[in-house]
Amino acid sequence: MNWRRVLLIATPYLWLFFFFLVPFAIVFKIALSDYALSIPPYTPQLDLSQGWQGLVEFFGALDFENFAFLAQDPLYYTAYLSSLKIATISTAITLLVGYPIAYGMARAPEEWRPTLMMLVILPFWTSFLIRVYSWIGILSTEGFLNQTLMWLGLIDEPLAIMNTNKAVYIGIVYTYLPFMILPIYSALEKLDTSLIEAAEDLGCSRLSAFWLVTFPLSRPGVIAGCFLVFIPAIGEFVIPSILGGNETLMIGKTLYEEFFANRDWPVASAVAVVLLAILIVPIILFQRNEQKQREADQ
Amino acid sequence: MRTLGMTMAACLAAASIAGAEEVHVYNWSDYIDESLLEKFEKETGIDLIYDVFDSNELLETKLLAGNSGYDVVVPTGTFLQRQIQAGVFQKLDKSKLPNIVHMWDVVMERTAKYDPGNEYSVNYMWGTTGIGVNINKVKEVLGEDAPVDSLALVFDPANMEKLSQCGVHFLDAPTEMIPAALKYLGEDPDAQDWETIQKAEPVLTAVAPFVQKFHSSEYINALANGDICVAFGWSGDILQARDRAAEADNGVEIEYHIPKEGALMWFDQMAIPADAPNPDGAHKFINFMMDPENAAAASNYVYYANGNKTSQQYLNEDVIGDPAIYPDEETLQNLYTVSPWDSKTNRLATRMWTKIKSGT
Repeated sequence: MNWRRVLLIATPYLWLFFFFLVPFAIVFKIALSDYALSIPPYTPQLDLSQGWQGLVEFFGALDFENFAFLAQDPLYYTAYLSSLKIATISTAITLLVGYPIAYGMARAPEEWRPTLMMLVILPFWTSFLIRVYSWIGILSTEGFLNQTLMWLGLIDEPLAIMNTNKAVYIGIVYTYLPFMILPIYSALEKLDTSLIEAAEDLGCSRLSAFWLVTFPLSRPGVIAGCFLVFIPAIGEFVIPSILGGNETLMIGKTLYEEFFANRDWPVASAVAVVLLAILIVPIILFQRNEQKQREADQ
Repeated sequence: MRTLGMTMAACLAAASIAGAEEVHVYNWSDYIDESLLEKFEKETGIDLIYDVFDSNELLETKLLAGNSGYDVVVPTGTFLQRQIQAGVFQKLDKSKLPNIVHMWDVVMERTAKYDPGNEYSVNYMWGTTGIGVNINKVKEVLGEDAPVDSLALVFDPANMEKLSQCGVHFLDAPTEMIPAALKYLGEDPDAQDWETIQKAEPVLTAVAPFVQKFHSSEYINALANGDICVAFGWSGDILQARDRAAEADNGVEIEYHIPKEGALMWFDQMAIPADAPNPDGAHKFINFMMDPENAAAASNYVYYANGNKTSQQYLNEDVIGDPAIYPDEETLQNLYTVSPWDSKTNRLATRMWTKIKSGT
């Protein structure tokens, strides 16, 4: 056995074990506990001084009550569904906006590309929170957008965008756009332009050459981009709470309320475990896709 | 886990003894005249590490997780009461607090509701929950005789429908909004039984569609910029919006009104966590803040009333003379306090609140 090889293979597994599995086990354990007015605010707690008896009592007190509670109240599945909907629509919009940008970048003269790439990454140099907050200044009733449109005479009444789902979509699309552009760009950049020339020589119009050649070849980038937007968007908490209004129901906010307003760590943990389960499905799909692609490349 | 945590706490304590003496204070943001912090360090020679939070929930989560590392924290009364029950705090050693003689009986009588006998805490600041209005816009929408000093302004759907044109924010806090709605109905705002509390639901549901946002801090900016015309919020925040608008000189004029039906009176209390690394330093800090001149300096800076009777002679006229900060005797009689609901009622109330806000 080669020890160096074992170490190399073990590293990612150890990383996953300590930074994913162990924290997950702790959260899962709290999800099976009950609320208590104490430090920390749940019961039972593992007391090793009681020996075997304590261990038996500890496991005996754990149950799935909190998960049953989530199933009873329509609030939770409505919030999960609404998060799925918001994440899906924002991913679609991000794709529609991001694809042409990535396409333009990949078709730009080679000496421009590093600059264009820089421009896409540049917003990350400013704090995410500040960028989201600055949208308040743009979208609010007395904000920049409304004042400009009214000054131009395009509208008489200020548009109600701030504190609605529209503002949430704008915030998510704006924030995650680079995650969509970069993988698509890297897929398109590798594309051999002679393939398109060949398609056109064989009688394809430019549009059908795009649909039959360019788009299918950029699909791995599209899929990677969609996952990179969809997965963080579904659990998004900051954008809906800053830009969203009363109608915005998202699971991130529901989780926050369970934890902070109800102080019910066990139910909050149960919400988090279910959210993780919902997220794991697309992550597995993503992994499979990656693997297929790698196999195809070889 | 427990033992490990205790060992770590012991190590931390040992480390702080070896170095200079430190006291860690965790207070609300924008809530002190910062020159007081330097003054404390100069007078006592203790290093003061001052952190800030912006919600009771955040503070409570840190306290309940244990080993927060703080020596003095400043929760609001209702939160304090529950935290005392959870065993978060240690009793104050009054012999180390000679300045306690300056405290105001009117406030102490009321804080005893949360902390019986005032054994665990002393008052830092107090205030009311009421109505902030952009007076010109409200009069434009509702006419000259708009009921700006009444709960009817925010709980009568007819008024709210008109006000929704210029924007209304409510606190995102069922513990503040439900008692106010009960008061509007003539019920006991401090009701503990679910049947009475539920009566608030139709009142709030009827006006919720006209509320642009339920949020507990954004209204300061929104009021000051003129983005909204009414906010149901905390006195000091609305007075802060008033001052910001006046400084910006943007034509926005904000007023704060204590509703004539009565308003919730709240108290932010200084207390010492049971696991505080330096309880002795904590007592020194609390005693320092109870010095009448220091208490007055803090109030003059943040525009909140404090619970220190002797400090009143040192207060600026625009603080002690402002009935929005120090209400007159008659208004004071009309203010009410509430106790925290038990955890089951609290869950029902939070659920009801979500339903009111989102319809789900």
